[in-house]
This record gives sequence, C-alpha cells and structure tokens, in this order.
Amino acid sequence: MPAYLAGRFLSLAASLLAASLVIFLVLEIVPGDPARFMLGINAQPDTLAALRAQMGLDAPALTRYVTWLFGLFHGDFGISYTYKVPVAELVLDRIWISLPLALFALGLSTLIAFPAGIIAATRRNSPADVTVMGLTQLGVALPNFWFAMLLVLLFAVTLRWFSAGGFPGWDDPLLAIRALTLPAVALALPQASILSRVMRSAMLDTLSEDYVRTARAKGLSRGQTLWRHALRNALIPVLTIVGLQFSFLLAGAIIIENVFFLPGLGRLVFQAITARDLIVVKSVVMLLVAAVILVTFLVDVTYALVDPRLRRTSP
Amino acid sequence: MSLLTIENLAVSIGGTPILKGIDLAVNAGEVLGIIGESGSGKSMTALATLQLLPEAARATGAIRFEGTDLMTLDDRAMRAIRGGRIGMVFQEPMTALNPVKTIGDQVAETARLHGGLSHKAALAVARQTLDRVELPAPRFGLGLYPHELSGGQRQRVVIAMAIAMRPKLLIADEPTTALDVTTQAQILKLLERLVREDGMGMLFISHDLGVVAGLADRVAIMRAGEVVEQGPTLGLFRALQHPYSQALLSASSHQPQRHPTPPPDAEPVLAIEGAVRTYPLPRSGFWGKPRHFTAVKGVSLMVRRGENIGLVGESGCGKSTLARAIMALDPLEGGRISIAGKPLSKKGADFATRRNLQVVFQDPYGSFNPRHRVDRLVGEPFHLLGSAAPEGPERTRRIGKALSEVGLTPADAEKYIHEFSGGQRQRIAIARALILEPSLIILDEAVSALDVSIRAQILDLLADLSIRLGVSYLFISHDLSVVRAITDRVLVMKAGEIVEEGETERVFTAPNHPYTRELLAATPNVEAALKAREARP
Repeated sequence: MPAYLAGRFLSLAASLLAASLVIFLVLEIVPGDPARFMLGINAQPDTLAALRAQMGLDAPALTRYVTWLFGLFHGDFGISYTYKVPVAELVLDRIWISLPLALFALGLSTLIAFPAGIIAATRRNSPADVTVMGLTQLGVALPNFWFAMLLVLLFAVTLRWFSAGGFPGWDDPLLAIRALTLPAVALALPQASILSRVMRSAMLDTLSEDYVRTARAKGLSRGQTLWRHALRNALIPVLTIVGLQFSFLLAGAIIIENVFFLPGLGRLVFQAITARDLIVVKSVVMLLVAAVILVTFLVDVTYALVDPRLRRTSP
Repeated sequence: MSLLTIENLAVSIGGTPILKGIDLAVNAGEVLGIIGESGSGKSMTALATLQLLPEAARATGAIRFEGTDLMTLDDRAMRAIRGGRIGMVFQEPMTALNPVKTIGDQVAETARLHGGLSHKAALAVARQTLDRVELPAPRFGLGLYPHELSGGQRQRVVIAMAIAMRPKLLIADEPTTALDVTTQAQILKLLERLVREDGMGMLFISHDLGVVAGLADRVAIMRAGEVVEQGPTLGLFRALQHPYSQALLSASSHQPQRHPTPPPDAEPVLAIEGAVRTYPLPRSGFWGKPRHFTAVKGVSLMVRRGENIGLVGESGCGKSTLARAIMALDPLEGGRISIAGKPLSKKGADFATRRNLQVVFQDPYGSFNPRHRVDRLVGEPFHLLGSAAPEGPERTRRIGKALSEVGLTPADAEKYIHEFSGGQRQRIAIARALILEPSLIILDEAVSALDVSIRAQILDLLADLSIRLGVSYLFISHDLSVVRAITDRVLVMKAGEIVEEGETERVFTAPNHPYTRELLAATPNVEAALKAREARP
C-alpha cells in the first residue's frame, strides 16, 4: 500500500507541474495583450510600455513562469487586471458556490444512480429495468440548460417553490441550499443517467461472475449475495465515472451558472477570457486542473481500498 | 435409503429439453462419478440438485435429499441446505472466489450463515477448515486474498468453503479440470480423504474417464441429457454395454495411425540454442532494485522436417513463453532461434520466415474474429506473400483446398465462425495454419479444450496431415496422454529448463528424471485405475 500511494503521489505532483507548464505556454501563445486591452487601441506606446513593465509583462517568459509558480505555492495568485483585487479573493468568493453546487449535484446523481442501476440490473428486462433504461436515455439526450429552463418555469415561475436565479450568500444556509437546488438538479440529471447505466452494466457483469454463483451455492440469498459480494466488485468501474463527473461538475457548470445567474467559477473564467484578464484565467484554470488531478488521485486511492489486488507491491 | 435420489428429473430451457428423465442415487460415504461431454447435461444435474438452475429453466421430477423432495422447497428452506448440508465445488478456482474479500472471511461466511456463529467463532471454524484442506497457518493466514494463492490453493479454499459445515453431500463439478496434473492428483486425494473422514456422499462430475475411474465407487455416463449407462465402476468399465460409452472409452485412449519416425539426418525446420527469456518484475519497494524473473533458462531443442515433437510441462514452466519467442512475438534475452535455417533477428521475423511457421491455439472460440467470414480468416496468412498473394479464383481455390484438407467443404468459406462447433473451429484454425504450406506448425494446447471424441478426430487429422504434407509439429501440452499419441520425441520442461528429452515411447515407459516420473504417476489413466481396483482385496 505505501508503495502504491507513493507512486500515485509522485504522478500527482508530476501531473500538476506539467499542467502548469502547458497552461502557461498556451496563454503565452494566445493573441491579446492585456495591457493594450486595458488601455484601448489608441494608447500611447510609452504609456503601454510603462503599464507592461508595471504588470511584469516585459520580463523573460521563464522568469514570469517561475514567479507565477512560486506565487501559487504561497497562495499568491496575482492581482486581477480588470477587478484590481487579488485573484485568490475572487476565486475564494466563487468557490463557495461552485464547490457546494458540484458536491450537491454529485450527491444527487449518485443517490439516484446507485439504486436505479442496481434495480435495473437485478430485475433485468422487467418493467422496472425498461423504465430505468428509457428514462436514462432521455436524461442523456436532454440538453441540461433546456431542462434547467423547464425547472425554472415549473418550480420558480408557476409553483414559486424556488427562486429563478441568483445567490443570496451563505448567511442563511437554508436559503443558499434552496438557491442551489434547481441548478444541482439540472446538473445531476444527465450525470445520474450516465451513472445509472454504468452501474447497471457493471452490476450485470459482476452478477454473472463465478464467485456470485459460489456465494449462492453457500446458501446466501440473492440480496445477501448482492450486498456482500457483488456491490464492492461492481463499484470499481463506477468510481472511475464518479471521479470524472466531479471534475466536470466543478469546472463545467458554466452554462447552468449562466441560466441561474450564479456567480461561480465557470462564469469567472468566462468573463476573464472575454476581458483578456489572463492572470485570472491562468490561475483559475490551474486551480481547476489541480482539483481534477486531486480527484483522480483520490479515486486511485479509493480503488486500492476497494480492490486488494492493487495494494500488492510484489507478486 | 440413499442420501440423494434423483427420480425422473427433466429440465427444459425455453422449450428445449436439457435433461430427459434422469435417475441417479448417491449413498452416504459413496462417490458417484458422472461422466459426459460438453452439453451432456452433467452440470445442469448438479445445479438442479441445488435448485440453482437458470431462471428460464423449468424442472419436473423429484430430487430427494435425506427424504425431503428439494423440488418442493421454497428458496428460504433451500438456502439452509445449500452450503449447510450440500456443499458445492466448481470448476474454475481462479474465478470462484470473490477477489476483494479475504479467504478467511469467505470460508467463515459459510459458518456464520449456517452455524449462527459470531464473526470470531466463524473465523476459528475457518482456520480449522483451512487446516483440514491442508492450507496450514501461518503460511496461509486468514487475511490472504485469493490473488495471493495459486490455482490449486484457491481450489482448496473453495473446497474449505463447501465442507466448513461438514455437509452430508458434496457436489464437485469438474473440480480439477483447470489444474495441472500433479495438482489435480493432490486435490483428488484431498477430496477422497474428506469423503472418508466425514462419511459424505459425493457427486463427482468430470469429462475425464481416468479421473472418474480412479475416484468413483459408481459411475453414470451421460449424453445429451440422458444417463446412457450406470453401475459400479469396475463392472461398468470392464463391460460397457452402450455403444456411446464404448466409443467414449476408446476415444479417451485413442492412438492415431502414425508414420515411421523421419530419418535423423532430415533438415531442421526449427533450431533453438540456449534460449533465455526474462520478464521484469515489480520492484520490491519504492526504492527497491528492479527484479527479473527468468521464465526460460537456456533451452535448446531441434525439430526436423516431418518430425513431431512434444513439449510438456505444467503451468508456469515456461512452455508458452518459449512458444511466443519461437513465433517471434517476444525477443530473447539470450541464445538464438532459427526457423528453416534462418535466424530470427531482434526485431522479429520477416515475412519469408513467418511463412514457414504457423500456429494453432487452444481456445477455438476466442481465436477468431467473429465479424470475418471463414474465407477471410483462413486466407489471412496470404498477406505474408506480399505481391505474390493469390487473388480471385486462385485464392478461392486454395482456401477451398485447405478447408477440404481438414475435412470441411469449400462451401464453408462463405460462413461465419459462429456457425461452427468447437471441433469444426479447431479444424478451421488448422486450415488457417496450413494455407501457406508451412514447414512447422506450433500446436499450443490445440486439443485441450475439446471433448474426447472430438479430440480423437482432430488427432487423426493431425497425424494424417503430417504424413501427407510432411509438416512438422511442435506440440505443446500439459496432457501427457495426448503427447504420447502424436509425437516422435518429447521434451519435459520444468521451471524454465528441459529436464528430460528423448524418444516418446522411451520417456513414457522408462522415464529418467524424477519430475517426469512424478508427472506420469499423476496422469489419470483408466486402465491403471481399474487394475488398482482389481488388485484391492
């Protein structure tokens, strides 16, 4: 186990370093000078040069990369060109929306998908299975922003159970959760559909394994066989998808954030890109990449907890 | 009264009859052997006894166990019997255990379920039971996982799960088929001991007549869902009545017509000198040194034109690794391999060399692309001819000829592989190997997955092709009786080395190396088993 963890950890660090380099290089290549963008096209060359010097844009690329990286380690993400506040502050404000939203959606998605997938697999070809498969087909096919609008129309406009958008802050947690409910449902629907299908097929594969037959021959009931022997083995492929989904939910909620006017990370990146606020783009993208890599690391560690075959260091 | 009596058991799936009126009985302390080829319904009989038939199956008749008709019990009552009073051991030890649970937990589960024991008490029972199946502490701790054990050890764990509650009846469905002969002999001895110690009845299912003749007190022979013949082992085998039983017995010891051994000065088609093949192993720790496992340790052998060579050994002895190196799929770390006089380079074999060497694998189901028609499958090696590859009618003619050689018809080229049985598929694999008229065909366990009667036919075909086309075989197998039937010379491999080499008859009748003697002694043989029974007082 320690060797496995050490290996995963090294790969985590290497991935982070590689990601930072790629992000830095890509943003070097993209057109658009933040200084020129701030001053407008009619700016005087010497004013422009002065601003560039002030923003540190005239230093060699390597120096800027190292400075940026060094700053990241100290939690210093730089100052936003457009908002004129530290990027860390901007991110911190928004992560308190994006992270709970992602966790909320992921929770909903697994809560729906696990039972749905297990029921569909254990009652294969029954009406329950056909229903689950039909609904998940629909869930994968529906664009989630359209589904979000339907939710707003029904629950916010007609029934008035939830607000149509915006975020009141975490001063009143109940109110905050209420504001996040519709977006989380909209985000969770397609994820739950995919996850149900993965759960179902993983469960079906596992249920046809020899050791499930062995368990039945030992005298276990169908239910006991499912819980004690099949579920843990079926979880291995499902975990992979859950990890991927969390990464997507954290960074990919931008459309849903727009539908519900939520000031989340997705919207921050989007606005920063349009405003050529490259320092924000660079840092937020790095943060998101780090989150994705970290989640992958956690999934790897969970694999080892679930599957003893991964823990071995020697044959 | 018998422990288990099966009366007029009939099972059908989707209207297709699988079992047609089976009558069997097992007494306490007695072993009933059921012999049958694939599809004979022997496994279905076992599953029906435990009421674990597939959901679509419909069963009629009676299965009386200790006086109760199991067919009338509900699932709850049946669960108390499964694992408690009837234990079952399956064929595949590699997959019969849950990979994410420890062996202690898995054996203890039976005890908790049926004995109502606490976790701790159940683990104590598991410890005792593992000791009984000869997996003693501390080498075999309860905390081991299945992947940390060999196939034979895993089968012992499966047996421990089945006998933990000292059941009255043990059903063993091909429990040793996936194991090496020496391991098989140990497991059979273990089962025999457990039956004797506990006075259990055992329903022992196998396709191997030699194994059943050695173990069973009474034997039933099944075909296509029916018991064609049953009786006490010795009397039954000495005077088989049914034509099918007789055919089965003669097929199991089938000796194909062979040609005389080729002259010793015939040109070599395969020459291996001091072949070494090593694999890297995972490091022992994060900072550990890289380690290596040498699978083939300086093996030399030669196959001459028209000669059939056998390479025997148990799993892990390096025979498949050597075969991969001969096929130029993996490079050697030392030594050299020449095919028809041309040495293989580090980069592998060129087309001209590959033309001289073809291969037939074990699994007739997995070794074909199911989306290609037979003509494409058989004609695939033509690409080795480059621009000289036949096209149009000539290609069709040659594919038709190859199919005719192996006993199929040219019209079969139009079909897909799923339309053929296992034996026919193996014929197609041989046709594919023959199409370029190679000088050497490697047969890697090529008849191991086949039923005995089909196996006899394929062995006849191979012997006939060898005579007519002068092709040499390197016959790799763990099955000594097959190697004896088809080869001129045999090499015995153990732990990466050739321990004995010689004329096949000499090696089989007067083995020199202790390992060869051990292998031969462990190989099940009907005649030897019957003689041993006759010698008993």
